[in-house]
Amino acid sequence: MKLPIYMDYQATTPVDPRVLAIMLPWFTEKFGNPASRSHPFGWEAEQAVEQARTQVATLIGADPREIVFTSGATESNNIAILGIARFHKTRGNHIITTVIEHKAVLDCCRHLESEGFEVTYLPVGTDGRLDPELLAAAITDRTILVSVMTANNEIGVVQPLAQIGAICRQRQVHFHTDAAQGAGKIPMDVNAMNLDLVSISGHKIYAPKGIGALYVRRRPRIRLQAVMFGGGHERGMRSGTLPTPLIVGLGEACAICSREMVEENARITALRTRMEQGIMNRLTHVELNGHPVHRLPGNLNISFAYVEGESMMMAIKDIAVSSGSACTSASLEPSYVLRALGVNEELAHTSIRFGLGRFTTEEEVDYAIATVVAAVNKLREMSPLWEMVQEGIDLDSIRWAEH
Amino acid sequence: MAYNDKVLEHYEKPRNVGSMDKNDLHVGTGMVGAPACGDVMKLQIRVNDAGVIDDAKFKTFGCGSAIASSSLVTEWIKGKTIDQALSIKNKDIAEELALPPVKIHCSVLAEDAIRSAVDDYRKKQKGGANASGA
Repeated sequence: MKLPIYMDYQATTPVDPRVLAIMLPWFTEKFGNPASRSHPFGWEAEQAVEQARTQVATLIGADPREIVFTSGATESNNIAILGIARFHKTRGNHIITTVIEHKAVLDCCRHLESEGFEVTYLPVGTDGRLDPELLAAAITDRTILVSVMTANNEIGVVQPLAQIGAICRQRQVHFHTDAAQGAGKIPMDVNAMNLDLVSISGHKIYAPKGIGALYVRRRPRIRLQAVMFGGGHERGMRSGTLPTPLIVGLGEACAICSREMVEENARITALRTRMEQGIMNRLTHVELNGHPVHRLPGNLNISFAYVEGESMMMAIKDIAVSSGSACTSASLEPSYVLRALGVNEELAHTSIRFGLGRFTTEEEVDYAIATVVAAVNKLREMSPLWEMVQEGIDLDSIRWAEH
Repeated sequence: MAYNDKVLEHYEKPRNVGSMDKNDLHVGTGMVGAPACGDVMKLQIRVNDAGVIDDAKFKTFGCGSAIASSSLVTEWIKGKTIDQALSIKNKDIAEELALPPVKIHCSVLAEDAIRSAVDDYRKKQKGGANASGA
């Protein structure tokens, strides 16, 4: 077993060697511009791009003509949210999203507020899920867009997309989902779920960084204003020369996900269960953040009470994870996602996200369990809070000098 | 965040972790910070009859810098008089550990912990004297 162990698959994934192998010729001998119509270099590149488009479409039950290639999910979110809002502003100025969206969605919405749009940020339950009834009640005749993520990057919670989609379709409101974490990990079908716009990221599904896609429904046709102007590529929705090698890689990554999802999810879910139980059975005062069932197979987000997250990461430095602790961010604020779930600040500071994926092994999981348990025990011995709890002192009864 | 070697060294091998009897008249206990802020330091000093700190212990809930700051402080104050200990400033701690700006509050907390422990000791001594006088 090689150290350090990578357990941060929600941050990014390595490129699958099968994906890389397929990409390589498109850098060198097959370097043509897919927009070149006048020679075979362009023709073969265009053909490769179209095959990839089909592979991406198939993953989410879409038509290839509905796929727009972008640089990643952040760009896809920008095109979808800014594009819909600006095109439809005469019809309405109201957008609905949730408080636990990725910054790429939240910041687009904040920006639109400065352009005169009104945004409703819906809360989620303590399990991290949006109540569809809450959404239905928030829609007005001025609402033009609902944007709810497929699965959350920190806690892995999967939203009830089909229910949300049905509401949006009935009320004739565009429905966008940021599927950076969800596409390729959980089954998605744009028609069954009534999705109008879907953001996809390559590097979360073993394709390279710098490539992504946006699904834009054709029937009924979704119209949006472009954010990037130029040569009119991608039906005018995203100008810029298509990066053939990256697109071919994304296509192959999607094809692998389509083919192997069922088997892979079973394997990764078993590893996550092993890890969760291995930790829970050996430690007390440990809490799972987010819904226990409706979550990504590879996401385990746990709060280790009385052990601060950053010192925990230092203690398990052979395992690459991330934390919701304030000390890992520049802002000194603990995770806004955990706070939105009603996790108190103290516990938010102690959260660790373990992200398992395609190349995680049972041996790595067992090593991680042993390392985590030893680190928590060691740090609790150093923790004045743990000492007080052992002495039977109620920490809430103390008047702390907040600084 | 990449840590300075001195922080790592204190974090890996923290000095003087532990607790002393907080009811001992010679022991002063300081507790600063708040769980909601992500750091709580407990610093204890034992002062001998000559007014010298002959032992110090700490327990800290916090990031690596907070643990290192408290560990360093226990090392520094041992063998010092109370007044010498009080002359330690957060700047000295931050410089010694080469803390980045975002971690300066850890050194501030460590300085506060010394003050808080000394206050507790002095209060006890006063109270103890009154008690014995009564």
